[in-house]
Amino acid sequence: MNIAELRQEIERLIAGGESAAASRTLSELWAQDASASSASFVVARFEELRDKLHLRAYRLAILRSYTVEPMVPLLRAAAFLAGIDLTVQLSEFNAYVQEIVDSASRLYTFQPDAVILAVQTRDIAPDLWRDFAQKTVEQTQTSGSRVVTDFRSWVRNFRSHSQSHLIVQNLEQPVTAARGLVDGQSSHSQHEAIERINRELLGLATENNGVYVLDYDALVARHGRLHWHDERKWLTVRLPMAAQNTHHLVREWMRFLHPLTGKVAKALVVDLDNTLWGGVIGEDGMAGIKLSGEYPGAAYQELQRALLELHHRGILLAICSKNNPEDAQEALRNHPGMLLAPKHFAALRINWIDKAQNLRDIAKELNIGVDSLAFLDDNPIERQQVRSQLPEVCVIDLPSDPMAFARIVRETPVFERLTLSAEDRQRGTYYQAQREREKLEQTITSRDDFYRSLNQEAEIAPLTRATLARVSQLANKTNQFNLTSKRYTEAQLWEMVASGKFQCFSLRVKDRFGDNGLVGVAITKSAEGACEIDTLLMSCRVIGRTVETAFLSFLAADARERGAKRLEGWFLPTKKNAPAKDFYSSHGFNKVKEENDGSQWTLDLTSESLPCPEWVRLNVLNGDSQ
Amino acid sequence: MTSPIFDRVRSIAADVLQAPASQITRESSTETIGSWDSVHHLNLILALEQEFDTQFDPEEIDKMTSIQRIVEAVENKVKPG
Repeated sequence: MNIAELRQEIERLIAGGESAAASRTLSELWAQDASASSASFVVARFEELRDKLHLRAYRLAILRSYTVEPMVPLLRAAAFLAGIDLTVQLSEFNAYVQEIVDSASRLYTFQPDAVILAVQTRDIAPDLWRDFAQKTVEQTQTSGSRVVTDFRSWVRNFRSHSQSHLIVQNLEQPVTAARGLVDGQSSHSQHEAIERINRELLGLATENNGVYVLDYDALVARHGRLHWHDERKWLTVRLPMAAQNTHHLVREWMRFLHPLTGKVAKALVVDLDNTLWGGVIGEDGMAGIKLSGEYPGAAYQELQRALLELHHRGILLAICSKNNPEDAQEALRNHPGMLLAPKHFAALRINWIDKAQNLRDIAKELNIGVDSLAFLDDNPIERQQVRSQLPEVCVIDLPSDPMAFARIVRETPVFERLTLSAEDRQRGTYYQAQREREKLEQTITSRDDFYRSLNQEAEIAPLTRATLARVSQLANKTNQFNLTSKRYTEAQLWEMVASGKFQCFSLRVKDRFGDNGLVGVAITKSAEGACEIDTLLMSCRVIGRTVETAFLSFLAADARERGAKRLEGWFLPTKKNAPAKDFYSSHGFNKVKEENDGSQWTLDLTSESLPCPEWVRLNVLNGDSQ
Repeated sequence: MTSPIFDRVRSIAADVLQAPASQITRESSTETIGSWDSVHHLNLILALEQEFDTQFDPEEIDKMTSIQRIVEAVENKVKPG
């Protein structure tokens, strides 16, 4: 269908009440024509559909020193297509300082979930931009330090008024240095002066929870400095980039919005023939497939390198391929060009069953939702089949040229994360250990014997700086075993514990197959003789091995020590947390209230005991809160 | 009389200004279309530049305040020779 036909089809689907199909067709339109006018069309249609789709509402404020108005419809269209209903508020021109400093400003009354600070070198550091050549070393150093001090005070002020995420765009380098060639020969160069500020911004982000750097300089460089700017647009309408580059900045913002809103993929399922290697293994054989460091096999090797990067960032890899298993396994194990090995894949489906069914099975095996899957396949028909049968899967479009495959995977925003925990880096090996556990479970007949043989240890510790990122990550992405599904940012968690009103505990589980990592979080609040469980969640990979009982038994003991007579908690059902539904009732809690959003449960601590299973060793650490 | 350029301009204006295409005529202007404020004007100009692969001068942009004037400005740009 061409653009006009797609638009007619969308109007027809909306009129007929076919919201999901309309939403898919809007994606198709956007894939064909991501223009400014399409953006307005897409936004208007989604505004009609928003109540019928399950969209994540999100509020974004942009503090800016330049025109960003043309980017707003582009951004909202891209967000809608990613399942995010984005409300955007722009600061007045150059009023960002007042808005940050004044606690009653419209920035804070807007109550944003995230804020972007978009200022540029020429506004904030004119001495280091236009006037650099006429300044002495001392003057430029003073200017640089002043800029850093300003940024520091803005971040401090912002944090004292708001716990939202803050994305700070760093400063770009000029197209040509003010002193020409000499700049590259001097340690007091213009380049270095700007770079110094950017290094300090990075420091600010690492010191402050929920503050991130958007590498604007790298963005400009990636698209070519010379082609980024349009001097006429800057001088006439204060737009510091050529019109076509507004799309690139929007895409960069979306890379942040995906992890911020939890619109991310946990696993990437890949095809084999003509995707991981060139050719068809069943026909071309080991010697015939293209996979090496030279053209044309290098394109496939580069894709494997990109996948390996994802593996090390905690994205699970899986294979779904129509092949004879023996042929494919032979290539996976023994082809000299393979960078990936069987150990890098958490699940394999090499068969002749249709791919949508295989994807459902893979999600089940990995214990994640189908909407946490991304799918990579060179065959547009397979992609179309998955799209129509499993619309919640993120299907990555590939062009016919394999040289572009690796770049496209690297640019896919559902793989972005804002922090990388130790658990992320190890995730692939956790799944390997899981497969060994399952083998053991099959050989042992009694459940108790199986639990005993696991030799489990539950290590429970109060929240610390070191565990904050992982704890917040779990709070934001755990959907299945999660009793209340409350989402907290790092800054909010830290503030809750610092207030003294809440206790936050993390759970780490070890067993004979290794360390499962930090896999559980509980937040409790004590008041008037009762201790309320505000949050209790665990990663699905440890559920069903009784550590959840061990964790709850610890919470009961801790509540008792704090003088509580009752342990209380809510179960708030969502589309996904059925695995936690019977948790309170199966642990002796009584239901006290049933409301629309959920049920409240209580355990009398004076009469009931809640023992830790004998086969789980509890190890309670008294970490200090720094 | 309608021309392909007029149709394309009308379609873009309808999208960007969020107005029904059927209500947009050559005479429609910043005076008659309520949503056509300065922000939408800029967005409209950028969308037109993208659609017709051209750039307008600041002097032209200031004058492109009705559909008729936009069509003329576009015709000036895309006219061969």
